[in-house]
Amino acid sequence: MDYFLDEEQSMIRDLARQIADDKVMPVRAELDEKEEFPWEIMKTLAQSDFFGIYVPEEYGGLGKGGFELALVIEELSRACLGVSTTYAANALGTYPILLYGSDEQKRKYLPGIASGEKLVAFGLTEANAGSDASGVQTTAKLEGSEYVLNGTKQWITNGGEAEIYTIIAMTDKAKGARGASAFIVEKGTPGLSFGKKENKLGIKASSTRELIFENCRVPRENLIGKQGMGFIIAMKTLDNSRTGVGAQGVGVAQGAFDAAAAYARERHQFGQPIISIQAVQHMLADMATGIEAARALVYSVARFIDSKVKDVSKESAMAKLFATDVAMKVTVDAVQVMGGAGYMKEYPVEKMMRDAKILQIYEGTNQIQRNVIGQAIIKESARL
Amino acid sequence: MDIIVCIKQVPDTAEIRINPETNTLMREGVPSIINPFDLHALEAALQIREQLGGRVTVLTMGPPQAEVSLREAVSMGADEAVLLSDRAFAGSDTWATSYTLARAIKKLGAHLIFCGKQAIDGDTAQVGPETAEFLDMPHISYIRKIEEVRDDYIRVERMMDDGYDVVESSLPVLLTVVRELNQPRMPSLKGKMAAKKAVIKKMGMADIDAREEDLGLRGSPTQVKNIFAPEIRAERRMIGGTAEEQVYTLIKELRESKCL
Ligand SMILES: Cc1cc2nc3c(=O)[nH]c(=O)nc-3n(C[C@H](O)[C@H](O)[C@H](O)COP(=O)(O)OP(=O)(O)OC[C@H]3O[C@@H](n4cnc5c(N)ncnc54)[C@H](O)[C@@H]3O)c2cc1C
Ligand SMILES: Cc1cc2nc3c(=O)[nH]c(=O)nc-3n(C[C@H](O)[C@H](O)[C@H](O)COP(=O)(O)OP(=O)(O)OC[C@H]3O[C@@H](n4cnc5c(N)ncnc54)[C@H](O)[C@@H]3O)c2cc1C
Repeated sequence: MDYFLDEEQSMIRDLARQIADDKVMPVRAELDEKEEFPWEIMKTLAQSDFFGIYVPEEYGGLGKGGFELALVIEELSRACLGVSTTYAANALGTYPILLYGSDEQKRKYLPGIASGEKLVAFGLTEANAGSDASGVQTTAKLEGSEYVLNGTKQWITNGGEAEIYTIIAMTDKAKGARGASAFIVEKGTPGLSFGKKENKLGIKASSTRELIFENCRVPRENLIGKQGMGFIIAMKTLDNSRTGVGAQGVGVAQGAFDAAAAYARERHQFGQPIISIQAVQHMLADMATGIEAARALVYSVARFIDSKVKDVSKESAMAKLFATDVAMKVTVDAVQVMGGAGYMKEYPVEKMMRDAKILQIYEGTNQIQRNVIGQAIIKESARL
Repeated sequence: MDIIVCIKQVPDTAEIRINPETNTLMREGVPSIINPFDLHALEAALQIREQLGGRVTVLTMGPPQAEVSLREAVSMGADEAVLLSDRAFAGSDTWATSYTLARAIKKLGAHLIFCGKQAIDGDTAQVGPETAEFLDMPHISYIRKIEEVRDDYIRVERMMDDGYDVVESSLPVLLTVVRELNQPRMPSLKGKMAAKKAVIKKMGMADIDAREEDLGLRGSPTQVKNIFAPEIRAERRMIGGTAEEQVYTLIKELRESKCL
């Protein structure tokens, strides 16, 4: 379907598609097999200016928004979710600076992020703080001109590979949710080390690690926003980044659908291509319909957020929830359409099915998205 | 360091068909691309610019539509683009093409000139060396590696059938490159935006001080007598038996057919 992209949006999508086809597809199976971080691809994306898409022009970016970012994420995800997670986690880690950073912080960090010279990671989750972010136990104590961080972040995408970390830590435990703050921590700061690389079901090219803070001292200027704003910053960050996860869902679903449809045309059983069997057609029809609905929702929400409205929690939760549920269903069905072949590593869909599962879990599980939507409904219905 | 890269717009041969009646290329509807070897030439030039500074100019001789290829080169990072286009250039063979390119290069001036090894449509691999001759300049063909480059000196590896030569030269020099040299980069988004706005410099006969009789069809000594697709006579036969028997039969047959 035509979503009436303007000239620059088409250009962004087309170049992302070219990189996905030429640079990602040929190596995705190998990256998955070897659990190898996709540095080459990140360098290509950097050289082609993709890390600066959503960064304002004054900081070396292209000054586009979440919609253009979603177009890129979708194209990369069509080829490999491990690669797109690595890329998208960068935006996740950058939003705190973009949305709440001081001019000085923006001037210091955004140009290196926009050029792709420095990868970024976002550290909220801990062993006791998953869906319930208020369980954060990492502390940041102000001592003179420095904050001293202690604690362990868990399952952090781009951990170890990123140069810049945006971290949520408690500055005042007694204040509960209002006692959290956000910080910028650079790799190489004494006291910051990394735990082992997790061994995962999917998105194996993406690196997921612990961040360990042991008396890690960062200058006071590295506080983002004000003390106590940590959770607000985290929630607004997720509001912005969730459409990106939705776009991942659209992309991986499209990739799986394309593979399944092509296979169904070629594969013959009972003297005919299986695509002419109505049961198979109906699966493909449902898959295609789900993908188009998810894409329409993700694009609309991304454009809605870019229009700078204030509260986008409900809409962004809807986009993430719907598109990632579609992705899970479509990738499972793609394996089904392809039968035994779909189960084999010679074809891409078994990987897509393994990869897709993460989309229903990270950046807030889909149960949590329903909670967010539910909360918004309660608020809205009270206003009626 | 001023570098000129000669690029040729060619039909994407992966998509091309030949008209069986006239034996000519059916160019209609076939997408045009930058000659793949020339992308490697451009990449080499961009890398040298990154190392030593300077400017990279892409130069093409062709019809007005060749501007698309020049803009693509700009999106990859070329600083300037020059389109050599004039009715007087039409029908050029490799001699006339090289003469015309050489006149333009003389006008533009450069320390290094890059060409692809050959164009995937014409395939002669003559334009690079001929251009260097017209410029009265040394050339090194088939380069697969640039070992060292300075303002007045270059050392490269030239690919040979049985290995490679190391060749040194003073500048200016013309180089033709093979695919092994590098991996051409992708265009960048900023480059693409710049390419949309880029001003393409146009040069015609009057701008390059060329003699009209040396240009285009008139300046082309090549005479095409006939164009035909060679018939494929692929007769294949497998020789059976033990290795010893196979060798025996093979030698016998080669002798009988007077190959040995
Ligand atoms: C590969 C990977 C990469 C990640 N990358 C990052 C990262 O870069 N940065 C970061 O900060 N975090 C990251 N995470 C963490 C991720 O965001 C969390 O895993 C996620 O928020 C869920 O938390 P949990 O795993 O602790 O699940 P839990 O919170 O333990 O949830 C377990 C189950 O209970 C359900 N549940 C819990 N509470 C409720 C509730 N109130 N209502 C309904 N259901 C509920 C959940 O939906 C889920 O099904 C990553 C995780 C993974 C696996
Ligand atoms: C026998 C013959 C007859 C021909 N007759 C005609 C004709 O009547 N009309 C007609 O239009 N064409 C004709 N051509 C085509 C034209 O002469 C050649 O395409 C052209 O001279 C380039 O030669 P090539 O393609 O073999 O390039 P090669 O020599 O293989 O190219 C080597 C490199 O030279 C550079 N280069 C080549 N061409 C250009 C260019 N135009 N601009 C910038 N750089 C370039 C590139 O860097 C390229 O990689 C004829 C070709 C042949 C062989």
